[in-house]
Amino acid sequence: MTALPPPSAKKLGLVIDLDTCVGCHACVTACKGWNDQGYGVPLSDQNAYGSEPSGTFLNRVHSYEVQPDQGPAQVINFPRSCLHCENAPCVTVCPTGASYKRAEDGIVLVNEDACIGCGLCAWACPYGARELDQAAGVMKKCTLCVDRIYNENLPEEDRQPACVRTCPAGARHFGDLGDPDSDVSKLVAERGGYDLMPEMDTKPVNKYLPPRPKGPEQQVDILAPLLDVKTTGFAGWLDRILEKI
Amino acid sequence: MHPAPSVIVFTTLSGAGFGLLAFLALGLLPVYGVQAFLIWGLGYGLAVIGLLASTFHLGNPQRAWRAFTQWRTSWLSREGWAAVAALLLLAPVALAAIFGGGLPPFFGLVGAAFCLATVIATSMIYTQLKTVPRWNFWATPALFLAFAATGGAIMTGQALMAAVLCALLAVLMIAAFKLGDQRFGEVGASMGSATGLGSVGKVRVLAQPHTGPNYLMKEMIHVVGRKHAATLRRIAVTLAAILPGLMLLFMPPHPFVLAVIAAIHLMGAFAARWLFFAEAEHVVGLYYGQR
Ligand code: SF4
Ligand code: SF4
Ligand code: SF4
Repeated sequence: MTALPPPSAKKLGLVIDLDTCVGCHACVTACKGWNDQGYGVPLSDQNAYGSEPSGTFLNRVHSYEVQPDQGPAQVINFPRSCLHCENAPCVTVCPTGASYKRAEDGIVLVNEDACIGCGLCAWACPYGARELDQAAGVMKKCTLCVDRIYNENLPEEDRQPACVRTCPAGARHFGDLGDPDSDVSKLVAERGGYDLMPEMDTKPVNKYLPPRPKGPEQQVDILAPLLDVKTTGFAGWLDRILEKI
Repeated sequence: MHPAPSVIVFTTLSGAGFGLLAFLALGLLPVYGVQAFLIWGLGYGLAVIGLLASTFHLGNPQRAWRAFTQWRTSWLSREGWAAVAALLLLAPVALAAIFGGGLPPFFGLVGAAFCLATVIATSMIYTQLKTVPRWNFWATPALFLAFAATGGAIMTGQALMAAVLCALLAVLMIAAFKLGDQRFGEVGASMGSATGLGSVGKVRVLAQPHTGPNYLMKEMIHVVGRKHAATLRRIAVTLAAILPGLMLLFMPPHPFVLAVIAAIHLMGAFAARWLFFAEAEHVVGLYYGQR
């Protein structure tokens, strides 16, 4: 059913900390690793060892340089995956009912058996979160690792998305953003978490935490005071003479 | 957006086909027998070839029937229903014209209404996308309707009406080009809002997330050929509207002449539709620092 369900109380999603992300792409690899053998068809690669390799990924990490008005530029690594939008345009455009948003926890999924691969949902998503698998011809997207988070066969600590579990910097957090008392909601409130492209009216569940403001530029060159040596003796005399000429 | 031949053929031919069918359904061209067979056949042929072409860009066309299930929310689904309904409802009207035997005009009216609905639904597939600002405003349905009506009027030999529609089409095309150019700016999406880092400073791409191309870039960030856009725009307006309009006014409405005019108009329509896709910029390009 591609009608959106009424807003659920539970809104599972990710909170991504742009202050701590080091841009290692571990989440990209972990995501591909898990989802290649889990939910739905594998994430195929095309021409993997050729000159122009490409493939299906559910999570991508960009790197940006941000130049503030004052001070040096900052490098910000920016993971991008499905935001499990409340007002998901990708769901309502789907002609087959393959795309849907779960009423119980808000996860946006694709039923691959019903997907005709028309690609319209990928066009409707502002965030580039959907990629049509070139081998299977069906739409792939982040499942929020629905086959991990509820999976009782996994040890408790592994019942989180693969990307969250693997992130070495702790830059990805998973939880219920519908519950104002959850850890993720508190983190968002504390750090001023925000929505991507709010002008698209998608009401994303996932939030991004901005980089922490940097303090004033510090004198970083610890050798500088040592370089300002006053010369004495013959060298000092020479120095003075030379300056006069 | 990637100007895939399948979608260009689909929207152009089915638009012209349903335009022609609507004019025939309204009884604007009183033809019978073999003539009726040929002209109705042309209408059905264009519409059906267009619809078939649309299945060529599907990853799994064998499940295409499922596209009929979500008519309550999806314009693509509604388009399918409207198209099938129009083709079925017009069958008795066509048969009556070919084999003789009158049908009350009511049948044709209903069929024509479904042709209109089909063209509107097709245009809404694109218009609804907020992510492609150039499509997401009134000019898109207006253009699709004007193309269908102009094509239908030319092919049914309504010379004067077709000439007026050509003039209207030219104005609409130019308006859509000019207003469309401003749409991305009006929507206000930027690298700053896409990443949310605009409040920190000016955002620039430092490294792309992947070294090769991917589906997103091939599908949504089509920059090839945009440099010829200005020339192509002039060619499109000339062939689709201006030249056919002048020929309609100054040449006798002989079937052969009309066929030539229709062919010229369709070439212009193809050029315009190619531009419609190639010039459309998707907001996802912002993440890649491209448009
Ligand atoms: S991020 Fe894109 S794919 Fe995910 S729910 Fe939002 S619109 Fe749909
Ligand atoms: S590609 Fe599949 S999931 Fe996406 S809109 Fe088409 S049928 Fe629905
Ligand atoms: S939640 Fe799972 S599917 Fe989504 S980006 Fe993370 S690892 Fe990939």
